[in-house]
Amino acid sequence: MDSLIAPFLNGTADGALLLIAALGLALTFGQMGVINMAHGEFLLAGAVCAFWTQQVVASTDVSILVALPVAFVVAGLLGLVLEATILQWMYDRPLDTLLATVGVSLALQQIFLQNYPSGVPVEKPSLLDGQIDVLGYAWPLRQVFTIVLAVACLAALGALLKYSSFGRRIRATVQNRALAETLGVATRSVDRMTFFIGSGLAGIGGVAASLIGGTNSQMGTRYIILAFLVVVAGGLGQLRGTVIAAWTVGVVTAYLADWTTGSLAQVITFVLVVVFLQVRPNGLFTVRTRGLA
Amino acid sequence: MSTPTDVESPFLPVAATPTDRRRLPRSSPRLSRDTVSLIGIGVFAVLMLLVAPAVLSDFRLNNLGKYACWAMVAVGIGLAWGRGGMLVLGQGVYFALGAYAMAMHLTLETAGPDAIPVFMILYDPLAPLPGFWEPFRSGAFTLLAVVGAPVLLAGTLGYAIFKRRVKGAYFAILSQALAVALAYLIGGTIKLTGGDTGLSDFKYFFGYDLSDPINKRMIYSITAGLLVLCLLVVWQLYRSRFGELLVATRDAEERVRFLGHDPANIKLVAYVTAAVMASIGGALFVPIAGIISPKEIGAAASIFLIAGAAFGGRATLFGPVLGALLLGYGRSSLSEQWENGWIYVLALMFILVTLLAPEGVASIPRRAAGLLGSLRRPTESRPPRNTAAKETKS
Repeated sequence: MDSLIAPFLNGTADGALLLIAALGLALTFGQMGVINMAHGEFLLAGAVCAFWTQQVVASTDVSILVALPVAFVVAGLLGLVLEATILQWMYDRPLDTLLATVGVSLALQQIFLQNYPSGVPVEKPSLLDGQIDVLGYAWPLRQVFTIVLAVACLAALGALLKYSSFGRRIRATVQNRALAETLGVATRSVDRMTFFIGSGLAGIGGVAASLIGGTNSQMGTRYIILAFLVVVAGGLGQLRGTVIAAWTVGVVTAYLADWTTGSLAQVITFVLVVVFLQVRPNGLFTVRTRGLA
Repeated sequence: MSTPTDVESPFLPVAATPTDRRRLPRSSPRLSRDTVSLIGIGVFAVLMLLVAPAVLSDFRLNNLGKYACWAMVAVGIGLAWGRGGMLVLGQGVYFALGAYAMAMHLTLETAGPDAIPVFMILYDPLAPLPGFWEPFRSGAFTLLAVVGAPVLLAGTLGYAIFKRRVKGAYFAILSQALAVALAYLIGGTIKLTGGDTGLSDFKYFFGYDLSDPINKRMIYSITAGLLVLCLLVVWQLYRSRFGELLVATRDAEERVRFLGHDPANIKLVAYVTAAVMASIGGALFVPIAGIISPKEIGAAASIFLIAGAAFGGRATLFGPVLGALLLGYGRSSLSEQWENGWIYVLALMFILVTLLAPEGVASIPRRAAGLLGSLRRPTESRPPRNTAAKETKS
C-alpha cells in the first residue's frame, strides 16, 4: 500500500511545482507566443530571493512568506527588463525569441554559478518540518505547502484572466490585437503586464523549489523543458490542460522513478510526452482558431 | 521577418522584392553564383587540408579538427534550419549516436579481443559484455552504424513529426527535449555507457596508435576532408531543384502543399542529411577529443552546436562552417584564459545576433548595402510584406 501511496503524493507535489513553472509559461508562451528559455532561470532568481530574505528575516517561517511576494516582484522585473530590451522587437518571430532568451539564460546561469557555486542553502521553515499521516504514509508538510501554493497561484491567475478587467484586456489582445487596439486597449502595456505576471510566477515557483530540493545552476534547465512540454501537451490558450498535464507528468514520473531509476523515469516521461504529442499535436484541449497552420 | 531570399524561388512571386531584382544583373556576368561558391569550397579545402597542417602545431591542429567536427554538424544545421526552417535544437542526439558508436568501438579495441572495457570491470569484473556492445567490436559495423543509426532514427522521428505537421517552436522544443532525455539516459546508465564520466582513454583507432602524433594528423585530414565533402553535398543540394523546394517549404509550406508537393518528404530529406552529418561529426570527435560524455550532447551542448550556424549565417553556404570554426576557436582560447568569460560572450552573441542580424554575420554586408541603396533612392516604396509566409511560419 505504501509503495502505491507514496509516489502518488510525491508525484502530486512534483506536479504542483511543475504547474507553477508551467503557469507562467502558459501566459508568456501560450498567450503571447514568446518562447522564453530564461524562464527556468527566473525560477533560480526566486530561489535566490528565498535565500536573501532568510538573511534579513530571522524566522524561517516568516521569511518564506515574505520571500513569495519578493520573488514574484524580482522575477517579474527581470521579465519586464527582458521584454523591454529584447523581446519586444521579436513578437513576429517566435523562433528568434527562443534563441535570444537562450543567450539570456546562459548568462543568468553563469552569474548564479559564479556567485553561488554550490547553490543557495535555503533553510526549510520549521513550521513545515512535520508530516501528516495519509493512509500510513508520512507525507512531508513541505510538499503539502507546494500543492497549496500551486492551487493558490492557479486560482489567482484563473480569476485574474476570467473576471478582472485586466484579464479581459489580456484575452482581447491575444485573440485580436488590432481590434483590441481600436477599442482602446493599450496593447503594449498589456504585453508588459502579462510578461511581468508570467515571469513573476516563475519566481514563486523558485521559492517552492528551493524548499523541496537543492538549488544549483542547472535547476532552471531541469524544469524549463519539461514545463514547455507540459504547456504544449496541455494545449495552448487555456489553463485546465496545463493543470492536467502537469499533474499527470508529476505522478507518472514518480511511479516510474519508484519502479525504475530516477534518470530512467525522466527519459520515459519525456518519450511519453513526445509520443502523446504525436497523437495529439495540439495538446489535450485545443482552442479552435482559423489559422492556416 | 527573417526570409533570406538569396535563392530565387519560382514558387514565391511575392517574395521577389525590388532588392532582389536589382541584385540579379549585378552578379558577375562570367561566373555564376554556383561557380563562385565552388571556387570558395576549393579555397576552403586548400586551407584546411594543405595550409593548416603545414603551419599548425600538432596540438593546434588537433583542436582545429575538433572545431571541424562541430562545423560538420553546423553544415547540417544550415541545411535543416537555414534552408529548411526546422530549428534543430537537439542535434546533440545525432552527434551522440555517431560519437557513442565510435567510442564503443574504440573502447573495445583498446580493451582487446574478448575483454570487457575497463570501466565495466570497475563495477563488476565478472559481468558479461552487454549485448548491444558486442557488434561494435567490428570496425565495419561501427562505420555502418555511424551512418545507419542517424538515418533510422531521424527517418522515423522526422517522418512521424513532419507528417503530423509539427513545426516551428513545437518542433524546436521537441527536438531539444529528446537531446535532454538522451543525456539523462546515458548519464543514468553508468554501468552500460560510462554514465556522466563518459567514455575516454582510447588507445587505438582502427589499429592506429592514438598516442602517435602522425596518426592524429591522419585523423585530422580525414575530418577536414569529410567537412569539405559535406560542403560539396550541401552545395549540390542548394543548387538543385530540391534546394529550391526546401526554401519554398521554409517560406510558405502551405503553398508548396497546394502546388502538389508533400512538404513532409522535402523536410525529411534535409533533416536526415543533417542528422547524418551530425553523426559523422560526432564519430570523428571521439578520437580527436579523446572523450565523449553526456556533457557534449545535452541541451547546452546542442545549443552550442547551433550557435555556429546562427552566428555565421544559417542560410548561407559558408556561414555555418566559418561560424562554427570561429566559435570553436573562441570557446577553447577564451576559456583557457578567461574561464567564465566565454559563456558571457556566447550569451551576448546569441542576443546580439538574433536582435541585430537574424540572418547571421554573413548577412551584414548585404544588409548594409541594401540600407545604403534605399538611402540613395529615398522615394522608392517599400516592398509589400509577405504576409502569407508569416502566417504559416509560426
